[in-house]
Amino acid sequence: MDTLYFLVQNTLPVAIPLLLVALGGMFSERSGVINIALEGIMLFGAYFGCLFVYSLQGSALSAQLILVLAMLVAAISGFLYSLLLSFAAINMKSDQTITGTALNMLIPAVILLFSKMKFNSDGVTTNVPFYVRKIPVLGDIPVIGQLFFQNTYITIYIGFVLFLISTIVLYKTRFGLRLRACGEHPHAADSVGVNVKKMRYAGVSISGILGGIGGFFYAVGVMDGNTNGHTGVAGFGFLALAVMIFGQWKPGRIFLAALFFAFLRMLSRSIALIPFLYNLGIDNTFYKILPYLVTMIVLAFTSKHSRAPKAEGIPFDPGAR
Amino acid sequence: MQLDIKKITKSNGFSAFTSALLAIGLGLVCGFLVMLGASPENSLYGFQTLLFGGMTRLGDVVYYATPIIMTGLAVGFAFKMGLFNIGASGQYTMGMFFAMYVGFMFKPPESIHWLLCMLAGLVGGILWGFIPGFFKALLNVNEVITSIMFNYIGMYLVDMLITKNSTMYISIKARTAYLPASAQMPSLGIRNSGANISFIIALLIAVILFIVLEMTIFGYELKATGYNKHASIYAGMNGKRNIILTMMIAGGLAGLGGAFYILSPSTIPGASMTYEPINVIASNGFTGIAVALLGSSNPLGIIFSGLFISYIQRSGSLVELYGYKPEIIDIVIAVIIYFSAFARLMGMAIPRLFKGKKSRHSESHDDASEPDNPPEGPGEEIPASDNPAVEASGKGA
Repeated sequence: MDTLYFLVQNTLPVAIPLLLVALGGMFSERSGVINIALEGIMLFGAYFGCLFVYSLQGSALSAQLILVLAMLVAAISGFLYSLLLSFAAINMKSDQTITGTALNMLIPAVILLFSKMKFNSDGVTTNVPFYVRKIPVLGDIPVIGQLFFQNTYITIYIGFVLFLISTIVLYKTRFGLRLRACGEHPHAADSVGVNVKKMRYAGVSISGILGGIGGFFYAVGVMDGNTNGHTGVAGFGFLALAVMIFGQWKPGRIFLAALFFAFLRMLSRSIALIPFLYNLGIDNTFYKILPYLVTMIVLAFTSKHSRAPKAEGIPFDPGAR
Repeated sequence: MQLDIKKITKSNGFSAFTSALLAIGLGLVCGFLVMLGASPENSLYGFQTLLFGGMTRLGDVVYYATPIIMTGLAVGFAFKMGLFNIGASGQYTMGMFFAMYVGFMFKPPESIHWLLCMLAGLVGGILWGFIPGFFKALLNVNEVITSIMFNYIGMYLVDMLITKNSTMYISIKARTAYLPASAQMPSLGIRNSGANISFIIALLIAVILFIVLEMTIFGYELKATGYNKHASIYAGMNGKRNIILTMMIAGGLAGLGGAFYILSPSTIPGASMTYEPINVIASNGFTGIAVALLGSSNPLGIIFSGLFISYIQRSGSLVELYGYKPEIIDIVIAVIIYFSAFARLMGMAIPRLFKGKKSRHSESHDDASEPDNPPEGPGEEIPASDNPAVEASGKGA
């Protein structure tokens, strides 16, 4: 039972960033823009969130309040960074994959440069204790309390709420319907008066906001509140894209896919703590490779009948047939 | 006179060239602004070094250009078919490992040792290029995702295989051991530089690729598929086979790049290039994307863009003298890629400056930038190209 608690408690802080970033990718792609820049957006959000935490640490504010404020900073910075993609992809009709790659390459260099000049290190290190040993009252519930309300971060509750909001926005609002139309058949949407460019800006911007928050939550839940330009977010943005595809661009399935990937990733980092797997004596590298390998196997089986938005990656041109 | 300019400005090559220059210019402006922000008093000297510093180390420029020309070719060749080979990094790492393995573990006659190592690198790259091609052609998995995943898989795998092999890996130094001299490529004899025969081989390969693309049926099919996938299938071309073949060739090119890198002779006798397994994916693969875009995927253009990027990287290593960090170059390169991605629109705006008036003309296709998209109506495209280009330069400044 203790192993189960351990597994759940350690999976969730990894799953939430994946979930949020994958949801971000979903909004962007559902509006018709491929957002491969999620990796860069995450790192950008994580870095600014951590910088904000750094500037506030030692002040009288409580740790959880700092976390929420820093989350807002991360969201805004993610949004601003995503504008670079929106501009190139929507106004300039650029190749979205290449623009995304450029944005991914840009940000580690910027972070290294800035950190080396300012802190004389590769990134920013913070020491605010975000870790929550036990949530009052809820943590005392037997089993459930131990599973979800002990040894955790409040990021997982915020993340879950954002997930619910995303699902409602996508399926139950007029905005969500229009957004989806722009990704499937922008000309049809255009013909009934939907402003395709605006909707695509909205889609990419939401992905920037969620990507920034996801990046900061990664820094909090996985990196102990630190960010650096060398390891960045360790391919999490790309994994989130795989999660999104595995989840078939649907929030509910993305949620399950994120849990699944987080579980695999958590396994690779904590083999030594799980006696059963440790005794098998398999090299740790195999566990590190596992999430990527499983991604490929899963994609191999699901991509034949892919439910990708039909117009994703194609710049909108009102004059095209 | 007016007529001549029109003829030149209308050609594809001119459009590609001017848009590449524009992207480079904007990238350099960004670099200068960063310098200005970091330490204004040194920025002029720093920028001067950025522009001309590489002149003092031309041997090194050639030497560092070779691997990125290869990865550039790997990305550019796949681009011609409309495939985005972001996996050059993994293919490069695999090629490097295969070459190293043969270098350490095999003892063939000394005279052909380096040749065998090189071929092993080729095989490693082909293997890692085959996988995304296979996934794309037969299982409909986007090659971008496959390539990214296999970048990580390849990197972890290679790092594990190296650290477990006591002949190849010296754990105290946390680096690979020195390769035997017979496994190193013959030097070109430029003093104080590792420039070697691999540069000549890379040039030959680029020329061969140019011939393949321009003068063979396979090259024609490849480009046709890049322009319009559905039309080429309708015309009876075997799309699936061509996808796999293209990715294998691209992988092989990147693999050779990795082999060239690790097999370079050292300027210090008895030493060699080494590899540090620290679980980071190879950046030369990503630099290849910039090289390919700047060279508009043309093998001959890639030679020049590879030399340029290498040159500016060498210059970048010198700006530390003025207290700047070499990461500035990575920023410049990333900005160049960013602007290259919509270079076609900008490239179309520039000839219009020469012409001076709005005239309808069929747009010049730069197949590198947007191979997958359906051709847009010329009437719609031209007015749209005016404003954003102005905005773009405003943004860069």
